[in-house]
Amino acid sequence: MSEGTVAKKQKLSVPFDYDKYLRPKKLPHIWCPGCGHGIVLKALLRAIEASGLNKDDICMVSGIGCSSRTPGYVDFNTMHSLHGRAFAFATGIKFAKPNMKVIVITGDGDALAIGGNHFIHTCRRNIDLTVLVYTNAIYGMTGGQYSPTTPLGDIATTSRYGNIEPPFDACKMAEAAGASFVARGTAYHTLELEKTILEAIKHKGTSVVDIIDACPTYYGRMNKYKSATHMMEVIEKDGTVSVKQADKLPPEKLEGKLLRGVLYKTDRPEYCEQYATQVMGKATGK
Amino acid sequence: MGEAALKLPNIRINEKLCKGCSICVDFCPTNVLEIKGTVVAVKDLAACTRCQLCDLRCPDFAISVID
Repeated sequence: MSEGTVAKKQKLSVPFDYDKYLRPKKLPHIWCPGCGHGIVLKALLRAIEASGLNKDDICMVSGIGCSSRTPGYVDFNTMHSLHGRAFAFATGIKFAKPNMKVIVITGDGDALAIGGNHFIHTCRRNIDLTVLVYTNAIYGMTGGQYSPTTPLGDIATTSRYGNIEPPFDACKMAEAAGASFVARGTAYHTLELEKTILEAIKHKGTSVVDIIDACPTYYGRMNKYKSATHMMEVIEKDGTVSVKQADKLPPEKLEGKLLRGVLYKTDRPEYCEQYATQVMGKATGK
Repeated sequence: MGEAALKLPNIRINEKLCKGCSICVDFCPTNVLEIKGTVVAVKDLAACTRCQLCDLRCPDFAISVID
């Protein structure tokens, strides 16, 4: 069943008035033709509408990179911070305003390379942040250098003979570091992504969603993909398997494929709550 | 034969936002759309089944299907 048919059956909110959440004067956005970031942003806005959150109760924080331009286009409280340090800024905001829904928008290079340490410790603390990692396997903004998720053997401007560094699995790392909600989605499966993001927003604790999307300009052209559509079909559609289907498939069919959907979910004490009860409670003698 | 009941969908295209990436054209199951110059245009409106795939996968907020 195609996603379009699913949209009809579920009576989802398309057509959707995105202008309600956007800063229309800032459009068109800077992302290249065919870039998946716009598709992910739309899924995020639909998920926010479904969550029923007020615009003023949301703070969107980002680092540096193509993905991190997102807060510039949305009409929430927004912050564009330093490369890799979005987690540190977001932690501060959440700490100062525990009732604020803080969403961190970051890329694979931003979160896993330069901000790797911040990412790990955000997960370890289990502070209530929704982290969306846009994984396009390249540093797009700076000219197509390989990133920590570039697959082995792939071409980038800094790996002309093929990448020799094994890629990270952001989900496995987040889970190992202690995040209480870990999921993966793709820009291709946009309705599924919308639901996954909604679940992440509702979860209390660090929720990490690794989102596979395509960079046709650098990654695509250097690795002989014909178009943005071709990338979406090969990397996002054929390269991933839903966790629900994965149990039924033989192991050889899962080889080299990434799992999609909610991969890990648990209840663990949240950092701000622990701080309020255990530290401030004792310090003030209440 | 029921022709009066056929109501054509309204496909709204914002040409200022469209970058001509052709994602909507490629994913449209009934070939309703085409790239004309640098932006998308409607080629065969009657074939549209209102599946909304173009709206869902457009990265540029440029196309929507309004009933």
